[in-house]
Amino acid sequence: MIEIEHLTKRYGALAAVDDVSLTVERGQIAALVGTSGSGKTTLLRMINRLVEPTSGRVRIDGTDTAALPPHLLRRRIGYAIQGHGLFPHRTVAQNIATVPRLLGWDRARIAARVDELLELFQLPPAEFRDRMPHQLSGGQQQRVGVARALAARPDLLLMDEPFGALDPVIRAQAQTDLRRIQRELGTTLVIVTHDMAEAITLGDRIAVMEQGRLLQYAPPREILTAPATPFVARLIGRDERPFHLLSLTCVADLIQPGEAEGPPLAPGASLRDALSLCLWTGRAALPVEGGGVVTLEALRRAAEGRSP
Amino acid sequence: MTGRLALGLAAILLLAFLLSPESFAPLLRPLTRNGAPPVYTQTSLLSLTFSHLGMVAGAVLAASVLAVGFGVLVTRPFGRDFLPLARTVASVGQTFPPVAVLALAVPVMGFGTGPTLLALFLYGLLPIFENTLAGLTNLPPQVIEAARGMGMTPAQRLWRVELPLALPVILSGVRLSAVIALSTATIGSTVAARTLGEVIIAGLLSSNTAFVVQGGIVVGILALLIHAGFRWIEGRAAGWTRARS
Repeated sequence: MIEIEHLTKRYGALAAVDDVSLTVERGQIAALVGTSGSGKTTLLRMINRLVEPTSGRVRIDGTDTAALPPHLLRRRIGYAIQGHGLFPHRTVAQNIATVPRLLGWDRARIAARVDELLELFQLPPAEFRDRMPHQLSGGQQQRVGVARALAARPDLLLMDEPFGALDPVIRAQAQTDLRRIQRELGTTLVIVTHDMAEAITLGDRIAVMEQGRLLQYAPPREILTAPATPFVARLIGRDERPFHLLSLTCVADLIQPGEAEGPPLAPGASLRDALSLCLWTGRAALPVEGGGVVTLEALRRAAEGRSP
Repeated sequence: MTGRLALGLAAILLLAFLLSPESFAPLLRPLTRNGAPPVYTQTSLLSLTFSHLGMVAGAVLAASVLAVGFGVLVTRPFGRDFLPLARTVASVGQTFPPVAVLALAVPVMGFGTGPTLLALFLYGLLPIFENTLAGLTNLPPQVIEAARGMGMTPAQRLWRVELPLALPVILSGVRLSAVIALSTATIGSTVAARTLGEVIIAGLLSSNTAFVVQGGIVVGILALLIHAGFRWIEGRAAGWTRARS
């Protein structure tokens, strides 16, 4: 659990982060969104003290982060950044082993952990262990970057626009994988993004920031249906609201008894996918795998922002 | 490939000439007049070459240690204030003509190896220092950010990330210094240092073109070989930058 209390960072007269307080529960994902210059990255970097706060404090599982030397604090916190920042002169395995080596793990334990992580990120160890970063594709580099951040089993992972450099197809896959791995490991995750769709897909809670201040910190549904300020509403995008809302729920939650024509939909698909398929095929109901249907009428109601 | 072949040939030629200079006499005789000796025999060419290379190596090694050391110091947070000063001092060292260094050093250090080593050392500083600065200040910011974020201490960042990444650039500074020192060392013979310059100066004093040519060619080939050797090491040090799968 991370508790951020009245955290402020001033550069001269300018407050990059202005009295921000928020709490992220263990195992949850908090997405920090805002325009560039909103202070979201500075807030993130104050958690592992890459930026020293002017005032306020951060506690991780009850421990004040100011009580530890910064480099020891950082070894306990995973950190992944845009463009991965892999060490170009080190192999994939050596990159992933960075923090375990700093922590003085023995050789066999490090090797086992590296292989375990490569498996987890679907990079066959025998093939990828000894490659250099420049021999990987963008998506693979990004996965190695996240694997490196997770190497020493941190309870907390910080990510700064980790998918910013990826193309849309790989990006969607990377988000799905991250979500899966985060759930599997139970890691608490704070992720900075300027992409509202990414924040909604990943975040258990979304923190919207503008000019250093925290405007709203709430679950995605609440951000969408009850934006605290006009700026939050603008950031979501008026046109996108119903689709964002539909993407939060999966088909399984909206099944009705009945029969319908056509190939069945997976229960894990989002309502947004279902709507898209209804519109594309011109049907009013779609069958769902394992029985039941999801109707266009139900989708329409779900998109209004009431509970499904 | 052709370049390597040419270098290999030059190296073999050089070795053959140094081991048995007399066998090249027929080639060099047309350059002499009035029956002057075609091959320098006052001192063994091989020992002159070793002494020449030894001085260059000593001076460049000392210059590398100092220049890289200073380069590292002035790029640390506590040393940044000294960056302009260090740059100025190194530039002034470079502007000062080596002959002037020799002339000024002789009264203090006496004739012989000392003044030459000093001149070579001072001359070698700037390229290495400049390249160390360039290498250490142009590192990819994300990589340094990642190194900090992983929890490396400043010393760990320097040894494990910054220096290895800057190494190719630093080495090319050392290469430049070594090649310059190799040619500058010939001047050392004017103050009685034992270098290949002795052969050239003897040739100039006695109007013996053969001496001048053999001294010049030996130094020239040595420079080419040192240059190539460093390029090879730089390539190895920068292996991670190129796609070699």
